[in-house]
Amino acid sequence: MVEALVVLAAALGLGLVVAVADSVALGGAAAWSDPVREGLRHLSTQPRRTLRPDVLLLRAGVVAVPVLAVLAAAVVPLGGRVLAPSSAELVWFNAAEALLWAALWLVGWGPNAVYSLVGGYRFLAQGLAYELPLMFALITVGVGAGSLRVTDVVSAQQDLWFVVTMPVAFAVFVAGSAAFAFWGPFDPPASADAGGGLLSELSGADRLLVQLGRYVFLGVSAAMAAALFLGAGQGPWLPDIGWHAVKTLAVLAVLVAVGRRLPAIRPDRFVEVSWVVLVPLTLLQALVVSVLALAGVYR
Amino acid sequence: MTLQIVLTVAAALVGVGLFGALSQQSIVMVMMGLELVVNGVLLGAGAAWYFLSPGTPDAQMLVVVALVVMAVEMVMGFAATIAIYRTRQVDMVDMATELHG
Amino acid sequence: MSTLTVVLGVLGALAVAAGVLVFVVDSMARATFALLASFLAVALMLLALDLPYLALVTALMMTMEMAVMAVFMIMFMMNPAGLMPMTMVHNARGSAAVGVTTFLVLTAGIWTVDWPEPAGPRPDDSTRQLGEAVMGSHMLVMIVVGVGLLATILAGTVLATSRGRYDRFGPELDRRRPDDPVPGGLPR
Repeated sequence: MVEALVVLAAALGLGLVVAVADSVALGGAAAWSDPVREGLRHLSTQPRRTLRPDVLLLRAGVVAVPVLAVLAAAVVPLGGRVLAPSSAELVWFNAAEALLWAALWLVGWGPNAVYSLVGGYRFLAQGLAYELPLMFALITVGVGAGSLRVTDVVSAQQDLWFVVTMPVAFAVFVAGSAAFAFWGPFDPPASADAGGGLLSELSGADRLLVQLGRYVFLGVSAAMAAALFLGAGQGPWLPDIGWHAVKTLAVLAVLVAVGRRLPAIRPDRFVEVSWVVLVPLTLLQALVVSVLALAGVYR
Repeated sequence: MTLQIVLTVAAALVGVGLFGALSQQSIVMVMMGLELVVNGVLLGAGAAWYFLSPGTPDAQMLVVVALVVMAVEMVMGFAATIAIYRTRQVDMVDMATELHG
Repeated sequence: MSTLTVVLGVLGALAVAAGVLVFVVDSMARATFALLASFLAVALMLLALDLPYLALVTALMMTMEMAVMAVFMIMFMMNPAGLMPMTMVHNARGSAAVGVTTFLVLTAGIWTVDWPEPAGPRPDDSTRQLGEAVMGSHMLVMIVVGVGLLATILAGTVLATSRGRYDRFGPELDRRRPDDPVPGGLPR
Protein backbone atom coordinates (compact mmCIF):
# COMPACT_ATOMS: atom_id res chain seq x y z
CA MET A 1 0.00 0.00 0.00
CA VAL A 2 2.77 2.43 0.99
CA GLU A 3 4.71 1.44 -2.11
CA ALA A 4 1.68 2.10 -4.31
CA LEU A 5 1.33 5.56 -2.82
CA VAL A 6 5.05 6.25 -3.34
CA VAL A 7 4.78 5.23 -7.00
CA LEU A 8 1.63 7.34 -7.43
CA ALA A 9 3.32 10.36 -5.84
CA ALA A 10 6.46 9.87 -7.95
CA ALA A 11 4.40 9.62 -11.15
CA LEU A 12 2.37 12.74 -10.34
CA GLY A 13 5.52 14.60 -9.30
CA LEU A 14 7.23 13.69 -12.55
CA GLY A 15 4.17 14.83 -14.47
CA LEU A 16 4.30 18.18 -12.70
CA VAL A 17 8.02 18.51 -13.47
CA VAL A 18 7.37 17.87 -17.17
CA ALA A 19 4.48 20.34 -17.25
CA VAL A 20 6.58 23.05 -15.56
CA ALA A 21 9.61 22.41 -17.79
CA ASP A 22 7.40 22.46 -20.87
CA SER A 23 5.79 25.69 -19.75
CA VAL A 24 9.19 27.32 -19.11
CA ALA A 25 10.50 26.13 -22.49
CA LEU A 26 7.54 27.76 -24.20
CA GLY A 27 6.95 30.90 -22.15
CA GLY A 28 10.21 31.67 -20.38
CA ALA A 29 11.09 31.43 -16.71
CA ALA A 30 8.13 33.55 -15.64
CA ALA A 31 5.73 30.89 -16.90
CA TRP A 32 6.82 28.24 -14.40
CA SER A 33 3.62 28.39 -12.38
CA ASP A 34 1.31 28.26 -15.39
CA PRO A 35 0.52 24.51 -15.23
CA VAL A 36 -0.73 24.75 -11.65
CA ARG A 37 -2.76 27.87 -12.35
CA GLU A 38 -4.17 26.29 -15.52
CA GLY A 39 -5.14 23.20 -13.56
CA LEU A 40 -6.91 25.20 -10.88
CA ARG A 41 -8.66 27.23 -13.58
CA HIS A 42 -9.93 24.04 -15.25
CA LEU A 43 -11.35 22.91 -11.92
CA SER A 44 -13.17 26.18 -11.28
CA THR A 45 -14.59 26.92 -14.75
CA GLN A 46 -18.05 25.93 -15.88
CA PRO A 47 -17.80 22.73 -17.97
CA ARG A 48 -19.06 23.02 -21.54
CA ARG A 49 -21.35 20.42 -23.05
CA THR A 50 -21.75 19.40 -26.66
CA LEU A 51 -24.92 18.19 -28.38
CA ARG A 52 -25.66 14.51 -27.71
CA PRO A 53 -22.24 13.42 -26.46
CA ASP A 54 -21.49 9.77 -25.73
CA VAL A 55 -20.92 10.53 -22.06
CA LEU A 56 -20.13 6.94 -21.03
CA LEU A 57 -17.34 6.47 -23.59
CA LEU A 58 -16.02 9.99 -23.10
CA ARG A 59 -15.74 9.53 -19.33
CA ALA A 60 -14.19 6.09 -19.79
CA GLY A 61 -11.52 7.57 -22.05
CA VAL A 62 -10.90 10.64 -19.92
CA VAL A 63 -10.45 8.61 -16.73
CA ALA A 64 -8.41 5.92 -18.47
CA VAL A 65 -5.73 8.36 -19.69
CA PRO A 66 -4.24 9.29 -16.27
CA VAL A 67 -4.98 5.83 -14.81
CA LEU A 68 -3.00 4.13 -17.59
CA ALA A 69 -0.15 6.59 -17.19
CA VAL A 70 0.07 5.64 -13.50
CA LEU A 71 -0.30 1.92 -14.33
CA ALA A 72 2.68 2.26 -16.68
CA ALA A 73 4.58 3.62 -13.67
CA ALA A 74 3.92 0.35 -11.82
CA VAL A 75 6.70 -1.39 -13.79
CA VAL A 76 9.29 1.39 -13.50
CA PRO A 77 12.00 0.21 -11.10
CA LEU A 78 12.16 2.35 -8.00
CA GLY A 79 15.18 1.54 -5.89
CA GLY A 80 15.68 -1.83 -7.59
CA ARG A 81 12.07 -2.97 -7.19
CA VAL A 82 8.90 -2.59 -9.22
CA LEU A 83 5.41 -2.20 -7.84
CA ALA A 84 3.80 -4.90 -10.00
CA PRO A 85 6.41 -7.59 -10.58
CA SER A 86 5.65 -10.21 -13.21
CA SER A 87 7.63 -12.13 -15.79
CA ALA A 88 6.41 -9.84 -18.58
CA GLU A 89 6.93 -6.30 -17.30
CA LEU A 90 8.04 -4.86 -20.64
CA VAL A 91 4.82 -6.14 -22.20
CA TRP A 92 2.89 -4.52 -19.33
CA PHE A 93 4.38 -1.15 -20.23
CA ASN A 94 3.58 -1.69 -23.89
CA ALA A 95 0.03 -2.81 -23.09
CA ALA A 96 -0.54 0.37 -21.05
CA GLU A 97 0.58 2.37 -24.07
CA ALA A 98 -1.74 0.46 -26.41
CA LEU A 99 -4.67 0.98 -24.05
CA LEU A 100 -3.82 4.69 -23.95
CA TRP A 101 -4.20 4.60 -27.71
CA ALA A 102 -7.77 3.32 -27.47
CA ALA A 103 -8.57 5.67 -24.58
CA LEU A 104 -7.52 8.74 -26.54
CA TRP A 105 -9.65 7.67 -29.49
CA LEU A 106 -12.57 7.53 -27.07
CA VAL A 107 -11.72 11.04 -25.89
CA GLY A 108 -11.95 12.14 -29.52
CA TRP A 109 -15.16 10.21 -30.21
CA GLY A 110 -17.07 11.01 -27.03
CA PRO A 111 -17.97 14.70 -27.43
CA ASN A 112 -19.73 14.14 -30.80
CA ALA A 113 -17.82 17.03 -32.36
CA VAL A 114 -15.93 17.26 -35.66
CA TYR A 115 -12.54 18.59 -34.59
CA SER A 116 -12.42 16.32 -31.61
CA LEU A 117 -13.01 13.29 -33.86
CA VAL A 118 -10.43 14.54 -36.37
CA GLY A 119 -7.96 14.64 -33.49
CA GLY A 120 -8.92 11.10 -32.46
CA TYR A 121 -8.36 9.77 -36.00
CA ARG A 122 -5.06 11.61 -36.29
CA PHE A 123 -3.94 10.00 -33.06
CA LEU A 124 -4.90 6.54 -34.40
CA ALA A 125 -3.06 7.14 -37.68
CA GLN A 126 -0.01 8.35 -35.84
CA GLY A 127 -0.25 5.38 -33.50
CA LEU A 128 -0.22 2.93 -36.42
CA ALA A 129 3.03 4.55 -37.49
CA TYR A 130 5.03 4.50 -34.28
CA GLU A 131 3.59 1.44 -32.53
CA LEU A 132 5.67 -1.08 -34.52
CA PRO A 133 9.07 0.65 -34.15
CA LEU A 134 8.33 1.20 -30.46
CA MET A 135 7.57 -2.50 -29.98
CA PHE A 136 10.77 -3.48 -31.73
CA ALA A 137 12.69 -1.08 -29.48
CA LEU A 138 11.21 -2.77 -26.39
CA ILE A 139 11.90 -6.23 -27.85
CA THR A 140 15.51 -5.20 -28.43
CA VAL A 141 15.84 -4.35 -24.75
CA GLY A 142 14.33 -7.72 -23.84
CA VAL A 143 16.77 -9.54 -26.12
CA GLY A 144 19.73 -7.69 -24.62
CA ALA A 145 18.72 -8.56 -21.08
CA GLY A 146 17.48 -12.05 -21.93
CA SER A 147 14.38 -11.29 -19.89
CA LEU A 148 11.18 -9.27 -19.95
CA ARG A 149 11.67 -8.19 -16.32
CA VAL A 150 12.70 -4.57 -15.91
CA THR A 151 14.83 -5.44 -12.88
CA ASP A 152 16.78 -7.94 -15.01
CA VAL A 153 17.20 -5.28 -17.67
CA VAL A 154 18.71 -2.94 -15.10
CA SER A 155 21.10 -5.54 -13.69
CA ALA A 156 22.18 -6.51 -17.24
CA GLN A 157 23.55 -2.98 -17.62
CA GLN A 158 26.07 -3.39 -14.81
CA ASP A 159 29.06 -3.03 -17.12
CA LEU A 160 27.61 -1.32 -20.17
CA TRP A 161 24.54 0.89 -20.48
CA PHE A 162 22.17 -0.35 -23.16
CA VAL A 163 22.18 3.05 -24.86
CA VAL A 164 25.72 2.34 -26.08
CA THR A 165 24.70 -0.70 -28.13
CA MET A 166 21.06 0.31 -28.73
CA PRO A 167 21.09 4.00 -29.72
CA VAL A 168 18.36 3.54 -32.32
CA ALA A 169 16.07 1.74 -29.89
CA PHE A 170 16.66 4.49 -27.31
CA ALA A 171 15.81 7.28 -29.75
CA VAL A 172 12.74 5.42 -31.01
CA PHE A 173 11.56 4.74 -27.46
CA VAL A 174 11.85 8.38 -26.40
CA ALA A 175 10.24 9.65 -29.61
CA GLY A 176 7.47 7.06 -29.32
CA SER A 177 6.76 8.21 -25.77
CA ALA A 178 6.43 11.80 -26.96
CA ALA A 179 4.09 10.56 -29.69
CA PHE A 180 1.94 8.65 -27.19
CA ALA A 181 1.56 11.87 -25.21
CA PHE A 182 0.89 13.69 -28.56
CA TRP A 183 3.41 16.22 -27.43
CA GLY A 184 6.06 18.32 -29.17
CA PRO A 185 6.49 17.50 -32.86
CA PHE A 186 3.81 14.81 -32.52
CA ASP A 187 0.98 17.13 -31.48
CA PRO A 188 -1.14 17.24 -34.70
CA PRO A 189 -3.90 15.29 -32.86
CA ALA A 190 -4.35 18.35 -30.63
CA SER A 191 -2.91 21.09 -32.79
CA ALA A 192 -4.41 24.45 -33.67
CA ASP A 193 -5.00 23.58 -37.34
CA ALA A 194 -7.74 21.20 -36.19
CA GLY A 195 -9.14 23.71 -33.72
CA GLY A 196 -7.46 22.00 -30.79
CA GLY A 197 -8.31 18.46 -31.98
CA LEU A 198 -8.61 15.95 -29.16
CA LEU A 199 -8.67 18.67 -26.52
CA SER A 200 -11.07 21.01 -28.33
CA GLU A 201 -14.26 20.00 -26.54
CA LEU A 202 -12.79 18.99 -23.20
CA SER A 203 -13.38 21.35 -20.32
CA GLY A 204 -13.27 21.39 -16.57
CA ALA A 205 -12.05 18.28 -14.79
CA ASP A 206 -12.08 16.26 -18.04
CA ARG A 207 -9.46 18.51 -19.60
CA LEU A 208 -7.40 18.51 -16.41
CA LEU A 209 -7.37 14.70 -16.30
CA VAL A 210 -6.30 14.29 -19.92
CA GLN A 211 -3.55 16.92 -19.64
CA LEU A 212 -2.41 15.35 -16.38
CA GLY A 213 -2.30 11.94 -18.04
CA ARG A 214 -0.20 13.28 -20.92
CA TYR A 215 2.41 14.83 -18.68
CA VAL A 216 2.51 11.95 -16.21
CA PHE A 217 2.97 9.57 -19.14
CA LEU A 218 5.84 11.65 -20.51
CA GLY A 219 7.50 11.72 -17.09
CA VAL A 220 6.99 8.00 -16.51
CA SER A 221 8.36 7.22 -19.98
CA ALA A 222 11.47 9.27 -19.25
CA ALA A 223 11.97 7.32 -16.01
CA MET A 224 11.47 4.09 -17.97
CA ALA A 225 13.95 5.22 -20.65
CA ALA A 226 16.47 5.95 -17.90
CA ALA A 227 15.90 2.46 -16.49
CA LEU A 228 15.94 0.57 -19.80
CA PHE A 229 18.81 2.34 -21.54
CA LEU A 230 20.78 4.37 -18.99
CA GLY A 231 21.21 1.83 -16.23
CA ALA A 232 18.61 3.25 -13.80
CA GLY A 233 20.30 3.80 -10.44
CA GLN A 234 23.80 2.72 -11.41
CA GLY A 235 26.56 5.26 -10.72
CA PRO A 236 29.07 6.31 -8.10
CA TRP A 237 28.53 8.39 -4.92
CA LEU A 238 24.80 9.03 -5.15
CA PRO A 239 22.27 6.50 -3.83
CA ASP A 240 20.37 4.36 -6.35
CA ILE A 241 17.27 6.53 -6.36
CA GLY A 242 19.34 9.69 -6.76
CA TRP A 243 21.05 8.52 -9.93
CA HIS A 244 17.75 7.34 -11.38
CA ALA A 245 16.24 10.77 -10.70
CA VAL A 246 19.24 12.55 -12.27
CA LYS A 247 19.06 10.40 -15.40
CA THR A 248 15.28 10.80 -15.66
CA LEU A 249 15.57 14.57 -15.41
CA ALA A 250 18.36 14.56 -18.00
CA VAL A 251 16.15 12.62 -20.45
CA LEU A 252 13.31 15.02 -19.74
CA ALA A 253 15.54 18.06 -20.24
CA VAL A 254 16.71 16.79 -23.62
CA LEU A 255 13.16 15.80 -24.55
CA VAL A 256 11.75 19.25 -23.76
CA ALA A 257 14.71 21.16 -25.21
CA VAL A 258 14.71 19.24 -28.49
CA GLY A 259 11.01 18.44 -28.77
CA ARG A 260 9.92 22.05 -28.53
CA ARG A 261 12.32 23.11 -31.27
CA LEU A 262 11.17 20.63 -33.93
CA PRO A 263 8.35 21.43 -36.34
CA ALA A 264 5.13 19.42 -36.15
CA ILE A 265 5.18 16.12 -38.08
CA ARG A 266 2.17 15.46 -40.26
CA PRO A 267 0.61 12.06 -39.48
CA ASP A 268 0.25 11.10 -43.18
CA ARG A 269 3.95 11.70 -43.81
CA PHE A 270 4.97 10.11 -40.54
CA VAL A 271 3.37 6.77 -41.45
CA GLU A 272 5.55 6.32 -44.51
CA VAL A 273 8.73 7.50 -42.79
CA SER A 274 8.00 5.21 -39.89
CA TRP A 275 7.26 2.08 -41.91
CA VAL A 276 9.86 2.52 -44.61
CA VAL A 277 12.72 3.88 -42.48
CA LEU A 278 12.12 3.27 -38.79
CA VAL A 279 10.83 -0.33 -38.93
CA PRO A 280 13.86 -1.62 -40.92
CA LEU A 281 16.19 0.42 -38.72
CA THR A 282 14.77 -0.99 -35.49
CA LEU A 283 14.81 -4.50 -36.98
CA LEU A 284 18.46 -4.03 -37.87
CA GLN A 285 19.05 -2.80 -34.32
CA ALA A 286 17.38 -5.93 -32.97
CA LEU A 287 19.56 -8.08 -35.22
CA VAL A 288 22.75 -6.36 -34.05
CA VAL A 289 21.74 -6.76 -30.42
CA SER A 290 20.83 -10.43 -30.98
CA VAL A 291 24.28 -11.10 -32.43
CA LEU A 292 25.93 -9.22 -29.56
CA ALA A 293 23.84 -11.19 -27.06
CA LEU A 294 24.97 -14.45 -28.67
CA ALA A 295 28.56 -13.21 -28.47
CA GLY A 296 28.07 -12.73 -24.74
CA VAL A 297 28.42 -8.95 -24.58
CA TYR A 298 25.58 -8.53 -22.10
CA ARG A 299 26.59 -11.29 -19.70
CA MET B 1 -14.78 -26.90 -9.56
CA THR B 2 -12.85 -23.81 -10.62
CA LEU B 3 -11.85 -25.43 -13.91
CA GLN B 4 -15.48 -26.17 -14.72
CA ILE B 5 -16.53 -22.59 -13.92
CA VAL B 6 -13.86 -21.12 -16.21
CA LEU B 7 -14.68 -23.55 -19.00
CA THR B 8 -18.38 -22.72 -18.63
CA VAL B 9 -17.49 -19.05 -19.09
CA ALA B 10 -15.51 -20.00 -22.18
CA ALA B 11 -18.46 -22.01 -23.49
CA ALA B 12 -20.76 -19.04 -22.88
CA LEU B 13 -18.38 -16.78 -24.85
CA VAL B 14 -18.40 -19.28 -27.71
CA GLY B 15 -22.20 -19.47 -27.61
CA VAL B 16 -22.69 -15.70 -27.59
CA GLY B 17 -20.11 -15.32 -30.36
CA LEU B 18 -21.83 -17.96 -32.50
CA PHE B 19 -25.16 -16.19 -32.05
CA GLY B 20 -23.57 -12.92 -33.18
CA ALA B 21 -21.70 -14.38 -36.12
CA LEU B 22 -24.85 -16.13 -37.41
CA SER B 23 -27.39 -13.38 -36.77
CA GLN B 24 -25.62 -10.16 -37.71
CA GLN B 25 -25.99 -8.74 -41.20
CA SER B 26 -23.06 -6.37 -41.20
CA ILE B 27 -19.77 -8.07 -42.11
CA VAL B 28 -17.90 -6.19 -39.39
CA MET B 29 -20.38 -7.35 -36.77
CA VAL B 30 -20.02 -10.95 -38.02
CA MET B 31 -16.29 -10.60 -37.43
CA MET B 32 -16.92 -9.37 -33.91
CA GLY B 33 -18.92 -12.54 -33.27
CA LEU B 34 -16.06 -14.69 -34.55
CA GLU B 35 -13.62 -12.79 -32.35
CA LEU B 36 -15.80 -13.58 -29.36
CA VAL B 37 -15.68 -17.30 -30.24
CA VAL B 38 -11.89 -17.23 -30.37
CA ASN B 39 -11.92 -15.29 -27.11
CA GLY B 40 -13.62 -18.31 -25.56
CA VAL B 41 -10.95 -20.59 -27.03
CA LEU B 42 -8.24 -18.36 -25.52
CA LEU B 43 -9.79 -18.64 -22.09
CA GLY B 44 -10.36 -22.40 -22.38
CA ALA B 45 -6.76 -23.02 -23.40
CA GLY B 46 -5.46 -20.83 -20.55
CA ALA B 47 -7.59 -22.76 -18.06
CA ALA B 48 -6.44 -26.07 -19.53
CA TRP B 49 -2.83 -25.03 -18.95
CA TYR B 50 -3.38 -23.95 -15.36
CA PHE B 51 -5.60 -26.80 -14.21
CA LEU B 52 -4.65 -29.75 -16.43
CA SER B 53 -1.10 -29.62 -17.75
CA PRO B 54 1.00 -26.80 -16.28
CA GLY B 55 4.10 -28.96 -16.70
CA THR B 56 4.04 -28.77 -20.50
CA PRO B 57 3.75 -25.65 -22.69
CA ASP B 58 1.27 -27.14 -25.19
CA ALA B 59 -1.81 -25.34 -23.86
CA GLN B 60 0.14 -22.06 -23.87
CA MET B 61 0.98 -22.67 -27.51
CA LEU B 62 -2.74 -23.09 -28.18
CA VAL B 63 -3.33 -19.61 -26.74
CA VAL B 64 -0.62 -18.22 -29.04
CA VAL B 65 -2.18 -19.92 -32.05
CA ALA B 66 -5.64 -18.59 -31.08
CA LEU B 67 -4.20 -15.06 -30.91
CA VAL B 68 -2.67 -15.48 -34.35
CA VAL B 69 -5.96 -16.83 -35.70
CA MET B 70 -7.66 -13.68 -34.43
CA ALA B 71 -5.13 -11.46 -36.17
CA VAL B 72 -5.46 -13.38 -39.44
CA GLU B 73 -9.25 -13.37 -39.25
CA MET B 74 -9.24 -9.62 -38.67
CA VAL B 75 -6.87 -8.83 -41.55
CA MET B 76 -8.56 -11.06 -44.10
CA GLY B 77 -12.03 -9.99 -42.98
CA PHE B 78 -11.31 -6.31 -43.40
CA ALA B 79 -9.44 -6.85 -46.66
CA ALA B 80 -12.36 -8.83 -48.11
CA THR B 81 -14.83 -6.23 -46.82
CA ILE B 82 -12.89 -3.42 -48.48
CA ALA B 83 -12.59 -5.41 -51.70
CA ILE B 84 -16.31 -6.12 -52.09
CA TYR B 85 -17.25 -2.67 -50.89
CA ARG B 86 -14.99 -1.12 -53.49
CA THR B 87 -16.40 -3.15 -56.36
CA ARG B 88 -20.07 -3.39 -55.38
CA GLN B 89 -20.73 -0.97 -52.48
CA VAL B 90 -21.80 -3.96 -50.40
CA ASP B 91 -21.16 -4.18 -46.67
CA MET B 92 -23.89 -6.65 -45.70
CA VAL B 93 -23.58 -10.42 -45.87
CA ASP B 94 -27.09 -10.76 -47.36
CA MET B 95 -26.02 -8.82 -50.45
CA ALA B 96 -22.72 -10.59 -50.99
CA THR B 97 -24.18 -13.53 -52.86
CA GLU B 98 -21.66 -14.20 -55.64
CA LEU B 99 -21.26 -17.77 -54.49
CA HIS B 100 -25.03 -18.34 -54.26
CA GLY B 101 -26.01 -21.25 -56.55
CA MET C 1 -14.52 -21.42 -2.20
CA SER C 2 -11.06 -20.09 -2.86
CA THR C 3 -10.21 -16.50 -3.76
CA LEU C 4 -9.12 -17.65 -7.21
CA THR C 5 -12.54 -19.17 -7.89
CA VAL C 6 -14.32 -15.98 -6.84
CA VAL C 7 -12.01 -13.76 -8.90
CA LEU C 8 -12.37 -15.97 -11.98
CA GLY C 9 -16.13 -16.20 -11.53
CA VAL C 10 -16.60 -12.43 -11.26
CA LEU C 11 -14.29 -11.69 -14.20
CA GLY C 12 -15.95 -14.44 -16.23
CA ALA C 13 -19.40 -12.96 -15.59
CA LEU C 14 -18.03 -9.58 -16.72
CA ALA C 15 -16.54 -11.11 -19.87
CA VAL C 16 -19.81 -12.80 -20.85
CA ALA C 17 -21.91 -9.73 -19.98
CA ALA C 18 -19.66 -7.50 -22.13
CA GLY C 19 -19.83 -10.09 -24.91
CA VAL C 20 -23.65 -10.00 -24.84
CA LEU C 21 -23.61 -6.20 -24.83
CA VAL C 22 -21.72 -6.24 -28.15
CA PHE C 23 -24.91 -7.38 -29.89
CA VAL C 24 -27.31 -5.36 -27.73
CA VAL C 25 -26.06 -1.79 -27.90
CA ASP C 26 -26.95 0.41 -30.86
CA SER C 27 -23.78 2.45 -31.02
CA MET C 28 -21.02 0.83 -33.02
CA ALA C 29 -18.36 2.56 -30.93
CA ARG C 30 -19.96 1.09 -27.82
CA ALA C 31 -20.19 -2.36 -29.41
CA THR C 32 -16.49 -2.28 -30.26
CA PHE C 33 -15.49 -1.21 -26.80
CA ALA C 34 -17.84 -3.73 -25.18
CA LEU C 35 -15.91 -6.39 -27.11
CA LEU C 36 -12.67 -4.84 -25.86
CA ALA C 37 -14.04 -5.01 -22.30
CA SER C 38 -14.74 -8.72 -22.84
CA PHE C 39 -11.17 -9.26 -24.05
CA LEU C 40 -9.72 -7.32 -21.13
CA ALA C 41 -11.76 -9.39 -18.67
CA VAL C 42 -10.38 -12.57 -20.27
CA ALA C 43 -6.88 -11.07 -20.13
CA LEU C 44 -7.32 -10.45 -16.39
CA MET C 45 -8.50 -14.06 -15.99
CA LEU C 46 -5.34 -15.27 -17.76
CA LEU C 47 -3.35 -13.04 -15.40
CA ALA C 48 -5.08 -14.74 -12.47
CA LEU C 49 -4.23 -18.10 -14.07
CA ASP C 50 -0.53 -17.29 -13.74
CA LEU C 51 -0.02 -16.55 -17.44
CA PRO C 52 1.15 -12.90 -17.31
CA TYR C 53 2.79 -12.84 -20.73
CA LEU C 54 -0.18 -14.25 -22.61
CA ALA C 55 -2.56 -12.06 -20.60
CA LEU C 56 -0.66 -8.88 -21.43
CA VAL C 57 -0.19 -9.83 -25.07
CA THR C 58 -3.94 -10.50 -25.32
CA ALA C 59 -4.68 -7.08 -23.83
CA LEU C 60 -2.13 -5.40 -26.09
CA MET C 61 -3.21 -7.06 -29.32
CA MET C 62 -6.91 -6.82 -28.72
CA THR C 63 -6.73 -3.15 -27.77
CA MET C 64 -4.98 -2.36 -31.02
CA GLU C 65 -7.37 -4.57 -32.98
CA MET C 66 -10.38 -2.91 -31.44
CA ALA C 67 -9.02 0.58 -32.09
CA VAL C 68 -8.66 -0.35 -35.77
CA MET C 69 -12.02 -2.13 -35.63
CA ALA C 70 -13.66 1.08 -34.43
CA VAL C 71 -12.42 2.87 -37.55
CA PHE C 72 -13.89 0.20 -39.81
CA MET C 73 -17.15 0.04 -37.88
CA ILE C 74 -17.68 3.74 -38.34
CA MET C 75 -16.61 3.57 -41.97
CA PHE C 76 -18.98 0.76 -42.94
CA MET C 77 -21.98 0.97 -40.62
CA MET C 78 -24.94 3.15 -41.52
CA ASN C 79 -25.57 4.17 -37.96
CA PRO C 80 -22.21 4.30 -36.19
CA ALA C 81 -23.18 6.38 -33.17
CA GLY C 82 -26.47 4.56 -32.60
CA LEU C 83 -28.39 7.84 -32.64
CA MET C 84 -31.12 6.16 -34.75
CA PRO C 85 -32.00 2.81 -33.15
CA MET C 86 -32.22 0.08 -35.78
CA THR C 87 -31.69 -3.66 -35.94
CA MET C 88 -29.53 -5.35 -38.52
CA VAL C 89 -30.02 -9.05 -37.87
CA HIS C 90 -31.32 -11.99 -39.82
CA ASN C 91 -32.64 -15.27 -38.49
CA ALA C 92 -32.14 -14.12 -34.91
CA ARG C 93 -34.18 -16.98 -33.47
CA GLY C 94 -32.29 -19.72 -35.32
CA SER C 95 -28.96 -18.12 -34.42
CA ALA C 96 -29.96 -17.90 -30.79
CA ALA C 97 -30.97 -21.56 -30.87
CA VAL C 98 -27.58 -22.53 -32.30
CA GLY C 99 -25.75 -20.38 -29.73
CA VAL C 100 -27.72 -21.71 -26.76
CA THR C 101 -27.48 -25.33 -27.97
CA THR C 102 -23.73 -25.06 -28.39
CA PHE C 103 -23.43 -23.59 -24.91
CA LEU C 104 -25.60 -26.31 -23.38
CA VAL C 105 -23.78 -29.16 -25.12
CA LEU C 106 -20.38 -27.77 -24.13
CA THR C 107 -21.51 -27.14 -20.56
CA ALA C 108 -22.95 -30.63 -20.25
CA GLY C 109 -19.61 -32.02 -21.37
CA ILE C 110 -17.65 -29.73 -19.06
CA TRP C 111 -19.58 -30.74 -15.95
CA THR C 112 -19.81 -34.47 -16.68
CA VAL C 113 -16.27 -35.21 -17.85
CA ASP C 114 -14.00 -36.61 -15.19
CA TRP C 115 -11.16 -34.10 -15.46
CA PRO C 116 -7.68 -35.45 -14.69
CA GLU C 117 -5.40 -34.12 -12.02
CA PRO C 118 -2.84 -31.49 -13.08
CA ALA C 119 0.01 -33.22 -14.93
CA GLY C 120 3.45 -32.14 -13.93
CA PRO C 121 4.58 -29.41 -11.55
CA ARG C 122 3.68 -25.79 -12.28
CA PRO C 123 6.79 -23.93 -13.53
CA ASP C 124 8.08 -20.94 -11.57
CA ASP C 125 7.95 -18.80 -14.68
CA SER C 126 5.30 -19.55 -17.28
CA THR C 127 6.77 -16.92 -19.61
CA ARG C 128 10.10 -18.75 -19.69
CA GLN C 129 8.31 -22.04 -20.29
CA LEU C 130 6.55 -20.56 -23.30
CA GLY C 131 9.67 -18.86 -24.59
CA GLU C 132 11.69 -22.05 -24.43
CA ALA C 133 8.91 -23.99 -26.15
CA VAL C 134 8.66 -21.42 -28.93
CA MET C 135 12.40 -21.53 -29.54
CA GLY C 136 12.75 -25.25 -28.92
CA SER C 137 10.28 -28.09 -28.79
CA HIS C 138 7.44 -26.15 -30.48
CA MET C 139 9.48 -24.19 -32.97
CA LEU C 140 7.59 -25.68 -35.92
CA VAL C 141 4.39 -24.04 -34.69
CA MET C 142 6.10 -20.66 -34.66
CA ILE C 143 7.54 -21.19 -38.13
CA VAL C 144 4.14 -22.09 -39.54
CA VAL C 145 2.55 -19.15 -37.73
CA GLY C 146 5.23 -16.81 -39.07
CA VAL C 147 4.75 -17.93 -42.67
CA GLY C 148 0.99 -17.75 -42.22
CA LEU C 149 1.20 -14.19 -40.95
CA LEU C 150 3.44 -13.16 -43.83
CA ALA C 151 0.96 -14.68 -46.29
CA THR C 152 -1.83 -12.82 -44.47
CA ILE C 153 -0.02 -9.50 -44.77
CA LEU C 154 0.52 -9.99 -48.50
CA ALA C 155 -2.99 -11.30 -49.20
CA GLY C 156 -4.60 -8.55 -47.12
CA THR C 157 -2.69 -5.84 -48.96
CA VAL C 158 -3.46 -7.34 -52.36
CA LEU C 159 -7.17 -7.61 -51.56
CA ALA C 160 -7.50 -4.19 -49.97
CA THR C 161 -5.63 -2.05 -52.46
CA SER C 162 -7.07 -1.26 -55.85
CA ARG C 163 -3.91 0.25 -57.26
CA GLY C 164 -1.13 -1.68 -58.92
CA ARG C 165 2.16 -0.58 -60.36
CA TYR C 166 0.54 0.53 -63.64
CA ASP C 167 -1.58 2.99 -61.70
CA ARG C 168 1.45 4.32 -59.92
CA PHE C 169 4.06 4.35 -62.66
CA GLY C 170 1.91 4.71 -65.79
CA PRO C 171 1.07 2.19 -68.55
CA GLU C 172 4.68 2.04 -69.71
CA LEU C 173 6.03 1.92 -66.16
CA ASP C 174 8.21 4.89 -67.12
CA ARG C 175 6.99 7.53 -64.66
CA ARG C 176 9.90 8.63 -62.55
CA ARG C 177 7.75 9.69 -59.58
CA PRO C 178 4.81 7.44 -58.66
CA ASP C 179 1.39 9.05 -58.87
CA ASP C 180 0.03 8.41 -55.36
CA PRO C 181 -3.12 9.92 -53.84
CA VAL C 182 -1.27 10.45 -50.55
CA PRO C 183 2.18 11.96 -51.04
CA GLY C 184 3.87 10.26 -48.10
CA GLY C 185 6.84 11.54 -46.20
CA LEU C 186 9.86 10.41 -48.19
CA PRO C 187 11.34 12.27 -51.15
CA ARG C 188 10.93 10.23 -54.34
